[in-house]
Amino acid sequence: MSAPWFKLGLFGDEASLLVAFLIGIGFGFALEHAGFGSARKLTGQFYFTDMTVFKVMFTAIVTAGLGVFFLGWMGLLDLSLIYMAPTFLAPQIVGGLLLGVGFVVGGYCPGTSVVAMATGRIDGLAVVLGLFAGMFAFGEAFPAIEGFYHSTALGPKTLPQVLDLPYGVVLFAVVLIALGGFAGATWVEQRMAARDRAPGEAVEEAS
Amino acid sequence: MTIATDVAPKAATTLGTLGGDRPAERIEGARSRSASASAFSNPYLAGIGLGLVLLAAFVAMGRGLGASGFFSAVVAWGVDRVAPAHAEGNGFYASYLAYGNPLEGWLVFEVLGMMAGGLLSGLLAGRVKAVVEKGPRIGTAGRLTLAFAGGLAMAAGAKLARGCTSGQALTGGALLNAGSWAFMLAVFAGAYGMAWFVRRQWR
Repeated sequence: MSAPWFKLGLFGDEASLLVAFLIGIGFGFALEHAGFGSARKLTGQFYFTDMTVFKVMFTAIVTAGLGVFFLGWMGLLDLSLIYMAPTFLAPQIVGGLLLGVGFVVGGYCPGTSVVAMATGRIDGLAVVLGLFAGMFAFGEAFPAIEGFYHSTALGPKTLPQVLDLPYGVVLFAVVLIALGGFAGATWVEQRMAARDRAPGEAVEEAS
Repeated sequence: MTIATDVAPKAATTLGTLGGDRPAERIEGARSRSASASAFSNPYLAGIGLGLVLLAAFVAMGRGLGASGFFSAVVAWGVDRVAPAHAEGNGFYASYLAYGNPLEGWLVFEVLGMMAGGLLSGLLAGRVKAVVEKGPRIGTAGRLTLAFAGGLAMAAGAKLARGCTSGQALTGGALLNAGSWAFMLAVFAGAYGMAWFVRRQWR
């Protein structure tokens, strides 16, 4: 086993912050290049006009998921040392719904709001300010919601464990779902573009 | 398509009326590429790039990416500066203060890197511009108010879920984390369910 490097002691805490900054540069660069510094492009996902969010996200999930799987299989990466966040089912579902609502209302998710702000989007800055204010409100309300926050604790759980299937089988299913989803997403985009090209609609789209 | 119309709307409309429908789209695309801003990456190429960055985080650090933790760490630091006793007595803030200065956290440096990387990418592509992104049927004040409100809701959502689209959906998605997949489905459900009510902001 030769990775993960930090947990095997190849570098210390201070160097890890430099690694954080470098990885952040790659993260921000990839998001901006994908078009995720643009609220109109991001929210196109939720009106079926631009499915880039789904395409980029699932390509990334499949790429990293296969990478982790094969590096582990070759003995180069110790998967047991990769942090697996524990599941708190009810707060995670409620949190997901809230985040989805905030995403389409605000136009960005938290990470993309940072990239939008960095490229001059004033609405991105407004989302960033809302996130800071919301964190403060959450912190002040925390004693009241602490019970729900800690509820339905299932510990670290993977889909293969929940479904009682081999890891490779679930990963392969995710790859197939992604490939099918890409084809479906492109089909939906073309249908919506054909609709928007109808007479009278085109002018509104261009303005 | 959306950003191209944002960048050169006047020119695109004029060319559109002169040149008809389909050819105008090609002209518009060519214009935005040469004159002002280049086109976004192919989504699959961008996704592979994003996946490799995530894989690099797993290999180097044994952890994934994140974003929302930056905001809570900064707020915990701020509350601790202003009212240290209040911060220590609150389980949420205290969790960020337990390991020293929260500003020296991994996610804080990662998000600072995101700002630099996003800016670099935007500069190289000619996309850095002070602008409010919105559809034609909402005013600037309304758009900024909704943007702020969206941030408020996402902060609560991300903290309840222990992460956002980066820390849960992307990172946990790649690790086949069950809670992350439940979270991701809920995000899409919440956004699609709300989309109709705010459609005038975008379309």
